[in-house]
Amino acid sequence: MTAVDGAQVTLPAKRRGAQLAMLAFAVAIVMLAYANVGLAIDDQIPAGMLTYGLGLGGLMLAAYLVLAKFAPWADPLILPLVTLVNGIGLVMIYRLEAGGMPRASASTQLFWTGAGIVMFTVTLIVLRDHRALQRMTYTAGFLGLAFLIAPLLPFIGEEINGAAIWIDLGFTTLQPAEFVKIALVIFFAGYLVAKRDVLALAGRRLLFIDLPRARDLGPVLITWGVSLGVLILQKDLGTSLLIFGAFIAMLYIATQRTSWVLIGILLFIGGAVLAGLLFGHVRDRFEVFLDPGNQELFEKVGGSEQLMQGLFALGSGGILGTGLGQGHPDEIPLAFSDFIFTAAGEELGLTGLMALLMIYALLVERGLRTAIAARDPFSKLLAGGLSFILAWQVFIIVGGVTNLIPLTGLVTPFMSQGGSALLANWILIALLVRMSDAARKPPPQAIQDEGMTQVFQR
Amino acid sequence: MSELTLLLIRLAFLAVLWFFVIAAVGVIRTDLFGTRTAAAPARKAAKPAKIAAKPKKGEPRQMVVTGGPLQGTTIDLTETPITIGRANDATLVLSDDYASSRHARLFPQDGQWIVEDLGSTNGTYLDRSKVTRPMPVPLGVPIRIGKTVIELRK
Repeated sequence: MTAVDGAQVTLPAKRRGAQLAMLAFAVAIVMLAYANVGLAIDDQIPAGMLTYGLGLGGLMLAAYLVLAKFAPWADPLILPLVTLVNGIGLVMIYRLEAGGMPRASASTQLFWTGAGIVMFTVTLIVLRDHRALQRMTYTAGFLGLAFLIAPLLPFIGEEINGAAIWIDLGFTTLQPAEFVKIALVIFFAGYLVAKRDVLALAGRRLLFIDLPRARDLGPVLITWGVSLGVLILQKDLGTSLLIFGAFIAMLYIATQRTSWVLIGILLFIGGAVLAGLLFGHVRDRFEVFLDPGNQELFEKVGGSEQLMQGLFALGSGGILGTGLGQGHPDEIPLAFSDFIFTAAGEELGLTGLMALLMIYALLVERGLRTAIAARDPFSKLLAGGLSFILAWQVFIIVGGVTNLIPLTGLVTPFMSQGGSALLANWILIALLVRMSDAARKPPPQAIQDEGMTQVFQR
Repeated sequence: MSELTLLLIRLAFLAVLWFFVIAAVGVIRTDLFGTRTAAAPARKAAKPAKIAAKPKKGEPRQMVVTGGPLQGTTIDLTETPITIGRANDATLVLSDDYASSRHARLFPQDGQWIVEDLGSTNGTYLDRSKVTRPMPVPLGVPIRIGKTVIELRK
């Protein structure tokens, strides 16, 4: 696009061809999966395959064109990877709907995917320079807190399934917590750029750990308090863990001090033990985690049945899986939201799950790679923080459904059914794409035959 | 639909899924082993550039930050000068109390890269010596600006 006359300058490759090929490949895999589901369930290629497949393909093509126009240097892999994960989520929801699971709806999910891509393109078009976000550090922090509190307010707040994390907008309900994480990461990044030196340098050395000064502990304690508040008032363990983890990780990226991580882990363990002693809903989760096979817990309402059915599903999937459309994921309660990963695990087996996790890992790797290549500290922190929450979220939910850690309600990014999560995650991807564009773009070219004036373009 | 067909589709689907992962890794291979695509246009550009006596074997291709908060950042060297400093429009933006907003500049001249201090407060150091006038930068010799260390690599 910016080919300098005579191409004297060797530009790094944009890899747009590779990106388009990978995108087409991802859409083809998703269509293959649809066909597989239809063939297995009622012996024919499903009638909806072309609609869904072409719908997804069209949406992705639109996203690609906007990306090619507004962020031409962006990383070539981010969009195809997200497309595949989102598409496999759609297929699993379609399969659950076909299997008669109530409330699973592939067309709603496709609608929200479309809305997510609209958010993606709008973010890319409006936000030409991500450093504008640095000026909104405290606005973002305020917005994040406001969104966090919103579900607790009367009239607009709503409590569904025991967690007060919803707001009612009249025509639809939203989970503001999904947007909170992005706003707070922007706030943490802006705040830490300003304060990193004092957090990194002041303090004294004890044994082999650099301890920070007591008064610098303020921000950590405040974040800790906020996430404990979320845990207690909204009964939302996932978001609480996500916020605190993201802050500690970004503090570590900013200061490179292990002591912050140790302090964070200690505070977290302290908070978790305290909450476990004081609050019933946290204790219930612990009991289920420690002994999910207990008959009493299994039969209890809100007990370990969902977790155990998920584990049974993974077990019956085995190494190669039962094949799409041939398992019984409808045994798992609410398999289309938190437990979609186990549903996929039953039908695709360990081999398929590993591939899915690899795709998430590659996505996170591209994000962290963007953070390394970024040229200013704010982008480094923002890209690092956003990739970290993506990875952290996958870890929390996959760890939860496989009983590695106590189960907390979080969605699997891009796979679970849910509009708010899709919208928020597509915005997150748009931010990563914007930053990778800025990081990979070659520095502005000097004009060789200088005229009267020089025009600089950013 | 027969069992066998479904089994074959199932295995094929898993294979395709993994093939996607491998293809994705293939796309980012250049991150590990350097850009092959960047070498190809360089060969094409060799003819017109010969007049300018540009591409020689031992010429640096990349500027790598080896120390300081931006450690790991690489910038591909083109014909364009690189500015370093705290100003937002610098090529490499430092957030270092010891750096000036327009601290130093690197530019190519006759196939060599030259470092020039732009009147910074705390100075620029090439290896151990302070940069007082534009000096050529050999490969792999560290340039120090505040807490940041930069070097040129092939």
